[in-house]
Amino acid sequence: MAGSQPPAQTGAQTGPQTGAVPRPALINDARVRAIVYQALTLAVVVWLGAEIWTNAVSNLERANIASGFGFLDTTAGFGIVQTLVPYTEESTYAQAFLVGLLNTLLVAVVGIVLATVLGFLVGIGSLSRNWLIRQICIVYVETMRNIPLLLHIFFWYFAVLRSVPGPRDSLEFLGSIFVNNRGVYFPRPVAEEGFGLVVMAVAVGIAISVGLARWAKQRRERTGQPFPVACASFGLCVGVPLVLFASIGQPLTFDYPVLQGFNFRGGLVMIPEFLSLLLALSIYSAAFIAENVRSGILAVNKGQTEAAYALGLQPGQTMRLVIIPQALRVIIPPLTSQYLNLTKNSSLAVAIAYPDLVSVFAGTVLNQTGQAVEILFLTMAVYLTLSLLTSLVMNWYNKKFALAER
Amino acid sequence: MKLRRPAGLCLAFAIGFAVTTPAWSEPAEPGPTLAGVLDKGYVQCGVSQGLPGFSNPDAAGEWTGIDVDLCRAIAAAIFADVTAVRFTPLSAKERFTALQSREIDVLSRNTTWTLDRDTSLGVNFAGVNYYDGQGLMVRKDIGVTDALELNGVTLCTNTGTTTELNVADFFRSNNLDYKVLAFEKADEVVAAYNANRCDVYTTDVSGLAAQRLKLTDPDAHVILDTTISKEPLGPAVRQGDDQWLDIVRWTLNVMVAAEELGVTSANVQEMTASTNPQIKRLLGTEGAFGEALGLSNAWALNVIAAVGNYGESFERNLGKDTPLGLARGQNALYRDGGLQYAIPVR
Amino acid sequence: MPTHASPLTFVRTQTVPVSPPPRPRRGVVGWVRENLFSSIGNTVLTVFGVYLIAVTVPPVLDWAVFSATWSGTGREACLREGAGACWPFIDAKMGQFIYGRYPLDERWRVDWTFFIGVAALVPLLIPSLPYKGWNAVFLLVPYPIIAFILLTGGVFGLPEVETSLWGGMLVTLVVAITGIVASLPLGVLLALGRRSHLPVIRMLCIGFIEIWRGVPLITVLFMASVMLPLFLPEGVTFDKLLRCLVAVALFSAAYMAEVVRGGLQAIPRGQYEGAQALGLTYWQTMLFIILPQALKIVIPGIVNNFIALFKDTTLVLIIGLFDLLGIIQLNFTDAEWSTPQTAVTGYVFAAMVYFVICSGMSQYSRYMERRLDTGHRND
Repeated sequence: MAGSQPPAQTGAQTGPQTGAVPRPALINDARVRAIVYQALTLAVVVWLGAEIWTNAVSNLERANIASGFGFLDTTAGFGIVQTLVPYTEESTYAQAFLVGLLNTLLVAVVGIVLATVLGFLVGIGSLSRNWLIRQICIVYVETMRNIPLLLHIFFWYFAVLRSVPGPRDSLEFLGSIFVNNRGVYFPRPVAEEGFGLVVMAVAVGIAISVGLARWAKQRRERTGQPFPVACASFGLCVGVPLVLFASIGQPLTFDYPVLQGFNFRGGLVMIPEFLSLLLALSIYSAAFIAENVRSGILAVNKGQTEAAYALGLQPGQTMRLVIIPQALRVIIPPLTSQYLNLTKNSSLAVAIAYPDLVSVFAGTVLNQTGQAVEILFLTMAVYLTLSLLTSLVMNWYNKKFALAER
Repeated sequence: MKLRRPAGLCLAFAIGFAVTTPAWSEPAEPGPTLAGVLDKGYVQCGVSQGLPGFSNPDAAGEWTGIDVDLCRAIAAAIFADVTAVRFTPLSAKERFTALQSREIDVLSRNTTWTLDRDTSLGVNFAGVNYYDGQGLMVRKDIGVTDALELNGVTLCTNTGTTTELNVADFFRSNNLDYKVLAFEKADEVVAAYNANRCDVYTTDVSGLAAQRLKLTDPDAHVILDTTISKEPLGPAVRQGDDQWLDIVRWTLNVMVAAEELGVTSANVQEMTASTNPQIKRLLGTEGAFGEALGLSNAWALNVIAAVGNYGESFERNLGKDTPLGLARGQNALYRDGGLQYAIPVR
Repeated sequence: MPTHASPLTFVRTQTVPVSPPPRPRRGVVGWVRENLFSSIGNTVLTVFGVYLIAVTVPPVLDWAVFSATWSGTGREACLREGAGACWPFIDAKMGQFIYGRYPLDERWRVDWTFFIGVAALVPLLIPSLPYKGWNAVFLLVPYPIIAFILLTGGVFGLPEVETSLWGGMLVTLVVAITGIVASLPLGVLLALGRRSHLPVIRMLCIGFIEIWRGVPLITVLFMASVMLPLFLPEGVTFDKLLRCLVAVALFSAAYMAEVVRGGLQAIPRGQYEGAQALGLTYWQTMLFIILPQALKIVIPGIVNNFIALFKDTTLVLIIGLFDLLGIIQLNFTDAEWSTPQTAVTGYVFAAMVYFVICSGMSQYSRYMERRLDTGHRND
């Protein structure tokens, strides 16, 4: 062939006649290039990491700042206003870390529950036939989404604080619930001898209910006969333990809050910081969840609704049995990312002195020990773990419930 | 057009660094802080984010306060120019890292001198420019006059300071019940106390006097007489530079020495002609103390001419004619019953 | 047509004229019946809705408009009995809310930076105007330099203004805009890296994205302000605002990477294959074929990211920088304006500003989404 050149490189004893591909120059070989680029990138990243590490170590040494995680065993020396586990000033920093972590989880879990309920209500409401409800929901979503969360928190904190009186003029409900600007005080249940039996009865009841539900579903699919699972589970989980509770002499007393001096003592207290953070997080996240719910329901084909009506199902049944299960497939992935956002947003508690993980650990403990690197590393590791767990759950859910597509 | 594949993450960091070259400070010469300060032409001083009497900016951005005066004194000592100083407002959380990482040259931020900070934080304290104690402020209408009556109270304070620990120590050792709320910023503490979220506001007594001005009704609140800790507040510098430590320590010292000797900003020029040997040594008419520090011999003269002596600085920022109205108390000279005692300039 | 003779039968020969719907079913009454009172459940809901509105709207209106103080020069004006919002406070402090403590004589520099930016941005947002490429290049390369010089000064005879004096809306816009602009190229690179065939690059990019998306922004800001100085070699310091900008840019880049990745996934395989058939290299394909289409698709996503970042700028308050919310909070303690209504008025004002800006941006994003949807119906 005119103009064809024999391959310039060594190695391949081929010509155009044999049809084999000549090996390209090393610099043009895609595989070699790939390996070289990856090696280069890895080298740069490792060098960068080593630089940062050595700088940090030498800076810390030069500045005589302590290193290592030994500080976790030192006495904390400060008090925390809300602790879910026993904690005193003599506890260690590690226990302070645990207290902060539990406070974060508490506000996150309760916030997630409230936000989901409110979000679903508003999401379904924004598709309601009632014009007024629809407008209210749309206005709610628009307003709450476009105001920063920190403003929500400040608003609720100062609104909550200003609207309730001081301890000496508390609002009283049912003689034992007190509301003032130091918190909402409830009587605390104190378990006595024998209460463990009641708890076990509840646990057993729940286990039996789960098995019962499964059996009832199989029976319904086989024979078409429904079984009142809800009533039966209620009886098992609530009724039976109640009877047991009454019969062994009601082993439960209450520790009532009493006004002594400046504040109430005893009982359970929900501090206003917790309440306002909870309200702000729930209301803010509910707006985003409502949008997700709305787009999920809209994503279900209208034909499904029409077919359900043609089969004679009522609108409520249609929503519950046909639409929502399908809509959930579209709702759940963004919903889990909203849950994650809520958990991460709870770190804003530091703005109103709610003692969550960031406020206690990356705030007070960091200031007292000065060991910024270890503390921030631990804090970020906690949030990363929560976030990876959520991603794993979401991936599992996606795989389990994804549409089987060709 | 052939494009080469960029080197991954390196680019990411390079963008962050390169775009901002003019905003870096030049790397300091290995050696004393003074060389760096002379190079820059000004002293970088770390101050608070707004504490009336100590370091507070007005609406036009001018800083005043006794900590600010000390910074200006250092600038005057080095450059004979009281404006050769820049202020960095710092929160309680970042004040020590700013000093350690050379972002500032001296930390003059009403910081308490403690063993822990002297050792594990890598700083050295250059003296005490205000002897303070932690106090408690309550509303007048709760009718409490003594700290020991405060059983079961809720306290509001700043996080990241010695106050939380002192509160724990005081209340526990007196078997009193308490709850403490620690906020990130001083203004948040004021707002919460103002809204009656807590019964007691606790911080240094001088801080209480300053923050009381920000409450809705300052006269409805009273600062209890009990102080629950010692809070010697003073300037801090990095460890490892003794010359700089000396400069800061002796600048503070000459301000107290000037007051002991009766030298004020008004009469300092005439005092150069004085025959009192102590004044002659102080103002550099005799001896070469300035040069021993690495400064000019007129360094003390410049300091006093610029900011006055300790008493003038105190009266100007914290004294009877200011809204704070604090008495000299522990901060009077030793011969007036206080704790301010100048080390001899000789 | 002849009809049947019997008087008892009737066969219609012409269509009946259309009569209007019955009175209760048309007009306003009809609409109300249909939408608000069509069933018992609906009626209950309507009553509940009216109650909600009655409980929330009149008190707010009363506080904000009818009982509010509209003029005055000090706290006495807002201290009267039953006063509502204290608007003179906002009026008096507006300079600080916009510029922070930027020196009064130099505020023209901030104004100029803003006007140049708006003048360059508006043509970019209107889809029908041409020269978008040049427009974008101007906004991405010369404009940041101009803005930087104007705002910090120190050269060309402009006095230097330290970043610790910046505050208010200036800081908010600087942080948000720098964050988005810096995160865009970074996010594109990360997204491309995540879809790369090279395992090392893919792992590094996935790790980077997942780590930065998994931690709260506030820990990132703490890390930048407290830890970054420790990671740098001795003597090198970063300006505090700069540290914050770097942290925000890296954080935003991770979210931007996910958005761009969604766009890249939406491009049909045919585009990649066509480019390969034409003999384009990887970078040529990306730069000329794939990225223009992908970025156009994800403009709504980018705007959503910007809205989120704009709201997140309030967090810099916690590391001691004074954005809009920070400056407003700072001024609550001014003795001259200390009244019970000052704090609430300030927060409501901040909420209104953020609402207007974010809502406007999300309307624009929805408008762009509708426009772009017509071109990419994949079915």
